[in-house]
Amino acid sequence: MLKALTRMVVAAAFVISAGSSLAADSFITVASTTSTANSGLFDDVLPLFQKKTGIEVRVVAVGTGQALKLARNGDADVLFVHHKPSEEAFVADGFGIERFDVMYNDFVIVGPMADPAGVAGMREAAAALEKVAGAQAPFASRGDDSGTHKKELGLWKTAGVDVTAQSGTWYRETGSGMGATLNTGIGMDAYILTDRGTWLSFKNRGDHKVLVEGDPVLFNQYGVILVNPEKHPHVKAELGQKFIDWVISAEGQKAIGAFKINGEQLFTPNASKGGA
Amino acid sequence: MTDFGAAFAAAFRLVVTLDANLVEIVLLSLRVSLGAVAIATLIGMPLGAIVALFRFPGRTGAVVVLNALMGLPPVVVGLIVYLLLSRAGPLGVLGLLFTPTAMVIAQVILVTPIIAALTRQVIDDLWGEYAEQLRSLGAGPAQALPTLLWDGRFTLLIAVLAGFGRASAEVGAVMIVGGNIDHVTRVMTTAIALEVSKGDLALALGLGLILIALSLGINGTAYVLKGAAQWRSV
Amino acid sequence: MEVGVNFVGTAPRARSAKASILPLELKGVSFSVAGERLIGEIFCRLESGTRTVILGPNGAGKSLLLRLCHGLLQPSSGEVFWRGADGLDPTRCQAMVFQRPVMLRRSAAANVDYALALRKIPRSERGDIVREVLDQTGLARFAGQAARTLSFGEQQKLALARAWALKPQVLFLDEPTASLDPAATRAVEQIVAAIHAAGTKIIMTTHDLGQARRLADEILFLHKGRLIERGPAERFFTAPETAAARAFISGELLW
Repeated sequence: MLKALTRMVVAAAFVISAGSSLAADSFITVASTTSTANSGLFDDVLPLFQKKTGIEVRVVAVGTGQALKLARNGDADVLFVHHKPSEEAFVADGFGIERFDVMYNDFVIVGPMADPAGVAGMREAAAALEKVAGAQAPFASRGDDSGTHKKELGLWKTAGVDVTAQSGTWYRETGSGMGATLNTGIGMDAYILTDRGTWLSFKNRGDHKVLVEGDPVLFNQYGVILVNPEKHPHVKAELGQKFIDWVISAEGQKAIGAFKINGEQLFTPNASKGGA
Repeated sequence: MTDFGAAFAAAFRLVVTLDANLVEIVLLSLRVSLGAVAIATLIGMPLGAIVALFRFPGRTGAVVVLNALMGLPPVVVGLIVYLLLSRAGPLGVLGLLFTPTAMVIAQVILVTPIIAALTRQVIDDLWGEYAEQLRSLGAGPAQALPTLLWDGRFTLLIAVLAGFGRASAEVGAVMIVGGNIDHVTRVMTTAIALEVSKGDLALALGLGLILIALSLGINGTAYVLKGAAQWRSV
Repeated sequence: MEVGVNFVGTAPRARSAKASILPLELKGVSFSVAGERLIGEIFCRLESGTRTVILGPNGAGKSLLLRLCHGLLQPSSGEVFWRGADGLDPTRCQAMVFQRPVMLRRSAAANVDYALALRKIPRSERGDIVREVLDQTGLARFAGQAARTLSFGEQQKLALARAWALKPQVLFLDEPTASLDPAATRAVEQIVAAIHAAGTKIIMTTHDLGQARRLADEILFLHKGRLIERGPAERFFTAPETAAARAFISGELLW
């Protein structure tokens, strides 16, 4: 009885999965971040790659921390994230073959039109955050150990503000992705550090706008890494390498640079090898 | 709230134009959730009936556990299934992570306790009514099991529908084990979560309205079919 | 009607068509729940052929006694012993009709067929048996109808048909007409008489004196869980031996 049931379950699972496994034999899985995926970059660029090579790219968009973990477990073929120290550690630990620069975008600080901390137009990010802390104006943080969160914590450190002590008062950690944090922060008239891509494609902006931008420290470098097939033999190294080669090729770089929202370029390609 | 108007407009536009992405997402949602419910029914109904009909040591504990498991948090189930199916996990060699099959597996785990627990209650009640008659006719619990499942079929439909409700509404488990990959594992709930994270609340709500309409449609169909069948056999 | 014989023969370990599990002996049977004795120590022997009616006021323990005999309840002490069983499985030679018929959610014919299937009667033989008992109980025209849509009286007739299809050596009936109107009661009594005429031992409970007079060959009179009087029906009704029986017959003892 139990055997028969098990057999039925397995059979049913096969029937259900049959459709998808037939659909795409030639595909790779890329672990990336919500900020990249939500901006629409992949929707814009990946079809070009698939058209050229026939390789489907399946993007799992999570936080940088989770993406690193996925790749470490061998659940992705390629890692495409934006936190250089973690990426370098990933390669140093033998989980990745080599890291390549792909592009950068930048972070901005958005806040309510009323701007209670008076930071509008400031250029230096850390100084702006210091003013926010001084005014005890609400600030919504990702609080999820993502690349953006790590960047934000670094800025607070520069500003000399101990936010952990303030957590729960004016400093509010949502523990969620960028989009959810924007939704929450806008709902409570808070300042938020966000990547420009997510912000530009974000629809629920309320009366928030970009108040601080342009500080070089806010630049956000993306890297791409092939997961080491010696750690995980099933990794599709050949297909993954093709993807990486394409992304940093003149053609891929051009496609990235051509991606615009409302006429604004989101990502600046800067691959050192074969750049445009 | 202008979002509500925009949501209805978005839902209307998606449905009327038969948006190709929407159709794909809806079909995958149905395939995953109905598949999971079908498998969970095959496992949960006999399981619930066995707990109802047989006396064994620890039966009370089994009933409590079954009832408690109805409240399994989807995100925890997703995490467990992820750890099992991850390449680094014990079932990693199957390569099922980020496939619809993985989503079905997670939902089967979520839904089976619901169907089993509700089945147990239904069969328990029915056995109270039938026990003497069936024993008199010479049926022990083993023979009574299929009889009661068949006789309780109209009541048991609610167990299946409750399971389907759970499967079609949850996002935590399918998000983790499916990965919300466009054209591969994106279903209604993960698409809604994605649109929320993009701040497109109107589109998210529009998708939500379509999901609710789907659920209504399936429940309505089940009810009509039940009515027709019940009218003939009472 | 030569019906009983070949079905007794289908019992797997039956040695001859004539083997009978009767007589039934109750050897000091008692039944208690939570220390309270509901059925006293009952000794008696029930022979084949006769219609035995267990009579007594409400709460006397008639239904309990019937369930003890049929094996639905296990006695707290004593033994229910089928003296003639000798290699036969007594449970396969009995049937019971309850006060409230339990009908499965399927057609009238399928309800009878279900009982036959449980007794492992081959499928090829079941159809004929089902038709025959539905005919004999006047239910032929309801064969395909959902059993639960039948009237209460018809359902009880169907319960009798289902029991009869098993060709039991002993048929237990627990207040089979308690909730029926007079016409349905009469129909049920006729079917019981026919089943008896076909060779089945009848053991039934009732609190209806008229019914007992019409059907009983012998009476067991139960009072407060004890068997206080037993005898041929005629003698019981004309010359009861105990004060309780006299009071019951005259309608003074209601419970």
